[in-house]
Amino acid sequence: MNAEVSHEIVLNVNGEVKRFSAPARRLLSDALRGDLGLTGTHVGCEHGVCGCCTVLIDNQPVRSCLTFAIAAQDRKIRTVEGLADADGELHPVQAAFKECHALQCGFCTPGFLMTATALLEQRPNPDEEEITEALAGNLCRCTGYQNIRSAIGHAIELMQSDI
Amino acid sequence: MTTRSFGKPVRRTEDLRLITGQGSFTDDAGSDALSLVMVRSPYANARVVSIDVSEAEQLDGVTAVLTYEDLPDRLAEPLPLLIPHPSLSEPRTQHILAKDRVRYVGQAVVAIFAADRYIGEDAAERVIIEYESKVAVVGIDGALGTNLVHHDVPRNVAADHSEHVGDVASALAEAPHVLELDFEMERSLGSALEGRASHATWDRHSRKLQIQNATQTPTSVRFAVANILEIPDEQVEVFAIDVGGGFGTKVIHPWPEDILTAWGAMNYDRAVKFTEDRVEHFISSSHERGQRHHVKVGFNTEGQILGLDVDFVHDNGAYTPYGMIAPLITATQLPGPYKLPNYRVRFRSVYTNTVQVTPYRGAARPHAVFTMERTMDRIASFLGIDRSEVRQRNFIQPDEFPYDLGMIFQDGRPAIYDSGDYPEMLNKALAMIEWDSFAERRSQAPPGKRRGIGVACYVEGTGLGPYEGGHVRVETGGKIQVSTGLASSGQGHHTVFAQIVADELGVPFEDVEVVTGDTRRFKYAVGTFASRAAVTSGNAVAEAARLVKKKAIALAADALEANPEDLEIVDGQVQVKGTPVRAIPLSQVAVLANPLRYSFSEAAKAATQFAGTTSFDEPPIKPGEDPGLEATGWYSPVRATFASGTHAVEVEVDLITSEVEILRYCVVHDCGRIINPLIVEGQIHGGVAQGIAGALYEKLAYDEDGNLQNASFMDFLMPYCTEIPKIEIDHLETPSPLNPLGIKGAGEAGVIPVSAVIASAIEDAEGFEINQMPLFPSELHSMRLASGRQPA
Repeated sequence: MNAEVSHEIVLNVNGEVKRFSAPARRLLSDALRGDLGLTGTHVGCEHGVCGCCTVLIDNQPVRSCLTFAIAAQDRKIRTVEGLADADGELHPVQAAFKECHALQCGFCTPGFLMTATALLEQRPNPDEEEITEALAGNLCRCTGYQNIRSAIGHAIELMQSDI
Repeated sequence: MTTRSFGKPVRRTEDLRLITGQGSFTDDAGSDALSLVMVRSPYANARVVSIDVSEAEQLDGVTAVLTYEDLPDRLAEPLPLLIPHPSLSEPRTQHILAKDRVRYVGQAVVAIFAADRYIGEDAAERVIIEYESKVAVVGIDGALGTNLVHHDVPRNVAADHSEHVGDVASALAEAPHVLELDFEMERSLGSALEGRASHATWDRHSRKLQIQNATQTPTSVRFAVANILEIPDEQVEVFAIDVGGGFGTKVIHPWPEDILTAWGAMNYDRAVKFTEDRVEHFISSSHERGQRHHVKVGFNTEGQILGLDVDFVHDNGAYTPYGMIAPLITATQLPGPYKLPNYRVRFRSVYTNTVQVTPYRGAARPHAVFTMERTMDRIASFLGIDRSEVRQRNFIQPDEFPYDLGMIFQDGRPAIYDSGDYPEMLNKALAMIEWDSFAERRSQAPPGKRRGIGVACYVEGTGLGPYEGGHVRVETGGKIQVSTGLASSGQGHHTVFAQIVADELGVPFEDVEVVTGDTRRFKYAVGTFASRAAVTSGNAVAEAARLVKKKAIALAADALEANPEDLEIVDGQVQVKGTPVRAIPLSQVAVLANPLRYSFSEAAKAATQFAGTTSFDEPPIKPGEDPGLEATGWYSPVRATFASGTHAVEVEVDLITSEVEILRYCVVHDCGRIINPLIVEGQIHGGVAQGIAGALYEKLAYDEDGNLQNASFMDFLMPYCTEIPKIEIDHLETPSPLNPLGIKGAGEAGVIPVSAVIASAIEDAEGFEINQMPLFPSELHSMRLASGRQPA
């Protein structure tokens, strides 16, 4: 039986243009990890429930395991690899996760970081309910979420002190 | 003076790469590897009549499609029984691919090696398997019925085990009061967010099989793979760089896929990778917690237990790769912090046509504690005395350690509690939750709500043997390289082992780099399970650091022409006490520790042949010494060390929806000396969250045909942040006398008493007995109706 047809796919990831060839059914999560080597985006459930694979597409958190790579062309994709500055300075959300022990095994962490980044870009000063609402689509099996909540609070402080 | 880091909330060294997307999980490797895809049984109990792989084989991108008949040599034998036990009379383990018969939905029948997972799944759809379905044996009632899981295992009993201390029959006969009670807990599973995974490469030039595996025990994977593939151990290297949660599931090995990826790499001379998907984690890894207990307890009018008889049935699923460890832990941890002069326990471990059952965080202790603590509450209720008071009257007292339970623990050694202060722990928990003033808060419950309070205590055997080792090496560049064989899956080992080594050796924490779970760095280890890593590897790296320190001081004494007793190591410098100007950096001592012919740096010149020597009468390496400023230390505990804790919770139940809301959750925890409070508290948070999940949200729902009905995160309700409350923690530190660091394990503790304490609080709120967990609103609603209460 014949191999399936491949397509030229162009993605804008973390400000860089990336070209590769893949079948139309290639998921964005698999394309990022396998074709582009950006393995910081993780896949935890393959059905859009755990949030590990969350990336930002045009600044909105999106499940990359439910998105076809070919459908994400002409959009601005941001992954965990693009959070820190080019000179390596951590994004306040990253720094806060480290400071507050908001990660253990680290597998769900990139999804939380991207979700939290989107939240704080849209609402720089969210209340508790808004934080809960934003985080309520990401599963973590290690931390019990308490330190993740603390980290969001700490990230807000860091961002405000940066201004 | 070097700042001590032991006991400080040091931020983790692991985090930087994990928060920047630079972690190295198994599936991150091998984007061009062949993908191993399994075809799994849709039947719980069936004969495999025929398999047609011809259409799958023809698909473009498919390298091979294998059935049991294709498996060569040792691969055709059943997988190893990991832990034999004399009472495990009928152990059964599965084949790598099903031989004639499938015994659970999810069992691997066909293996496909394909260019990628997409093509492999296409091929899987083209495999045609004919099954002859049989009646499935599901649940404990099914196991006790007439249908068999294995035709040669009578009554489905894998193990029938009894232990006793004292004379229970007489104690029950003579007790003023006797109660008979029944308790049951349902299945759940570890559900790490990273599933099982293995990536194998074979280098035919160096003849090395390299395996990155999401495992808690790389050294054991190495021995198992080498043994089954019949190649020398030295050709196999196994490493677990980052593991996305383990929770017990990943201590099981070798999985069929571990062997097939390794064999495929050698056979096809290609990298081969298996990455479990979420459905597979539900139906083909491991489950735990399904047990049913019958209790007879005799006690006096003060509430002191005179005799306890527990008979329980453990549903071990279709196979017993981990032996009967889980029910054995229930049996030996059931006494908890209480004196039981007369205790008898018997369990039967029985087969069902469901996923195998092996330890999941807490490892059969949640059921033990549920049974014991529910029993305590019943005694309190029967006698009309406060629940906390009944516990106080039964506690082992602080002056009674070491306290011998008179039983054999899961490590094959006597269960002897080493230290603890159970009364003080309970007092602290009662103070935290404000137990004595609860009546007032109960009366303040809003309309349509009812409040309850609960308390539960536990003891956990941790830090058991047989051993772990650690290696510490001072590099000539000044960094301290540390390795230990057990693997990490989020516990912060790299940080806490660095803290220990930094303090023992006298170097800055920042200079210590730790590698875990890599057989290339450390070949002998047992693994990460049973809350043992900090105790065993922690003490091993401490011993290695002490040996390095001794060696460094001896070498520096020569160089500084000083007496070794007058030297100390501070901030990475070996110096004369009180005269820090006479000092030599450890990096330079490392140079001197390795006599050279060939220099490689300016500093290294000092160790070359013509740099001068103290004596021409002695060889450069003195008899009995080794080159290099390095040492290996071992820690092999005589037996487990016993941690303990008390949890208290206040809940509010909704009279209409039957929802349970946790108002306050308090933990008092004793894991001996704390290496890093930040990490210990993180472990407790996560454990309690898993406990709450098991108490109120998670249950594996099998139908009568053995289909798992909720094998996805859509239907299996793993809690999000919306379900987990703030957890308040207080510590008690009673050092363990069994190890030099005085530490006890902390990894599993949080989960252990949660079902018990929440049941206690719901019972207190509702006024009827809670005998089972988990408890969903629908069940609580049914219980209200059964108790005669009208819906609000």
